[in-house]
Amino acid sequence: MAGTLSSTPRPLQSDGAIPFVVDELWGGLLDALAGVTGIELLGFPFMQRAYLAAVCVAVLGPLVGSFLVHREMAMIGDTLAHSAFAGVAAGLFVNSLFAVAVPPLLAALVVAAVAALLVQALIDAAGAYRDTSLAIVLTGSFAVGSVLLTATDGGIAVGIDAYLFGSLATVSRANVATLLAMSAVVAATVGAAYRPLLYVTFDEVGARAAGIPVGRYNRLLAVLTAVVVVGAMQIMGVILVAAMLVVPTATAAAIRGFKRSIAVAVAAGLFATTAGVTLSYLYDVAAGGTIVLVAIGGYAASTLAVRIGRN
Amino acid sequence: MTGVLEATEVSFTYGDRPVVEDVSLTVEAGEFLGLVGPNGSGKTTLLELLIGLRRPDAGSVRLFGEPAHARSTGRRVGYVPQNVSDAADGMPVTVREAVRMGRYPRRPFGRFDDEDRGAVDAALRRVGIDDLAERRVGRLSGGQRQRAFIARALAAEADLLALDEPTVGVDAESREAFYDLLGELNEDGMTIVLIEHDIGVVTTHASEIACLNRELYFHGDPAVFVETDALAAAYGGSQSIVHHQH
Repeated sequence: MAGTLSSTPRPLQSDGAIPFVVDELWGGLLDALAGVTGIELLGFPFMQRAYLAAVCVAVLGPLVGSFLVHREMAMIGDTLAHSAFAGVAAGLFVNSLFAVAVPPLLAALVVAAVAALLVQALIDAAGAYRDTSLAIVLTGSFAVGSVLLTATDGGIAVGIDAYLFGSLATVSRANVATLLAMSAVVAATVGAAYRPLLYVTFDEVGARAAGIPVGRYNRLLAVLTAVVVVGAMQIMGVILVAAMLVVPTATAAAIRGFKRSIAVAVAAGLFATTAGVTLSYLYDVAAGGTIVLVAIGGYAASTLAVRIGRN
Repeated sequence: MTGVLEATEVSFTYGDRPVVEDVSLTVEAGEFLGLVGPNGSGKTTLLELLIGLRRPDAGSVRLFGEPAHARSTGRRVGYVPQNVSDAADGMPVTVREAVRMGRYPRRPFGRFDDEDRGAVDAALRRVGIDDLAERRVGRLSGGQRQRAFIARALAAEADLLALDEPTVGVDAESREAFYDLLGELNEDGMTIVLIEHDIGVVTTHASEIACLNRELYFHGDPAVFVETDALAAAYGGSQSIVHHQH
């Protein structure tokens, strides 16, 4: 995937405070850890960035995924990831056509957010047929992406692998900064809207009867999902990013208490992403796939443990 | 007595199929209204119209003196849905978390104060499930779950309890205890609107009865209801007769 470096995702913004956090605080911490433990790879700057991105993804996934999974909307993450892919393709297409520099991640974010609202509108209109709505938007988005990628003479197809499968090499300092900013926004939003989101997830009709504006929170959750998907896409890849919304949450499903289940899911996510990033570096295999395999391993182990505990 | 609910010539149509036609009824504070009717008679739709979950195609519903769909009325309504037994089966929500939701509309964020915590604890005790507070809702029996939803309404300090066939799938003994609890809450001043297919339950516990089959066939005293032919008229007009007539 070395050939993909030329088209690494560009940051949405740069901020003076974030390089300090990425390089000085986080980098310093891992440098010290590398010194103490003798684990060399903790000291490599690009691995430090990858670990920071891994931590962000581990926190973001369950924070939003817990609400999705328990509404049986696990597939919305996958749908919006494919919309994000269409966004990336559109960004690259516009750039190649008009010689402008629209950051592909920004295009991905905009398209995924619009798709999120579209999905929610389709669900509202169709009632129970959520699967169909999601499938239409998912395949439609991917179709748009593939058409746009091939519309110009293959030039922009270069580098698309990095978006499809994710890559540690694409985690530049600016990308980590973007991911950190997105994480802060998502965490703050979920923190502020936690109670209505939980009420709507647990009992949508009851929430509406209690005067909670259910439609507004449904749209908020959909847009938050779009933000998480675009943020996590860089290391996870479009095809696998939805796993981080679903698998750690499913791993923690047997916990008693919703808040605690989110905390346990974040812990499961942290284990999967850090172990996955490490294994991916050591064996030179795809980071996204390795993370998902570790996460699914954790899910299988926890499910088995719960079964044995019950018998 | 003050009017809690006032429906005036309410009609509602699904597509081109009229479900509720020209229904007018009032519910006074402290009343226990039992809503009966055959399957598909529009009971659930009428209840949803009454508490503002749907807006009528014609006519109007006023709840606590405001249009029923106004958000501000929500805090005063406790709704116990029909399929509580399926609700949130796999979700890691504890009974206490579910009851705390009753406080959410008045405290959307920020810490719970002593009053909030007191209301939650009192509600759990009132319905007799304080010992189950840390259990997952999905691990409760049908009857216990219904109590958890009632506790949520009590924690919300609701003035009106709306229940849609709450004891479907609940064993006979728990049903009896559940209706005794509803009776006690009603005696304490809670206004109740209950959909129930078992007419015996309604005539025993309710202070008023409304018999619906798209149109209102009867609204008044249960003792009078059993002596009229409203029941036969309402059920006779339907293909699906409920064999529960006592």
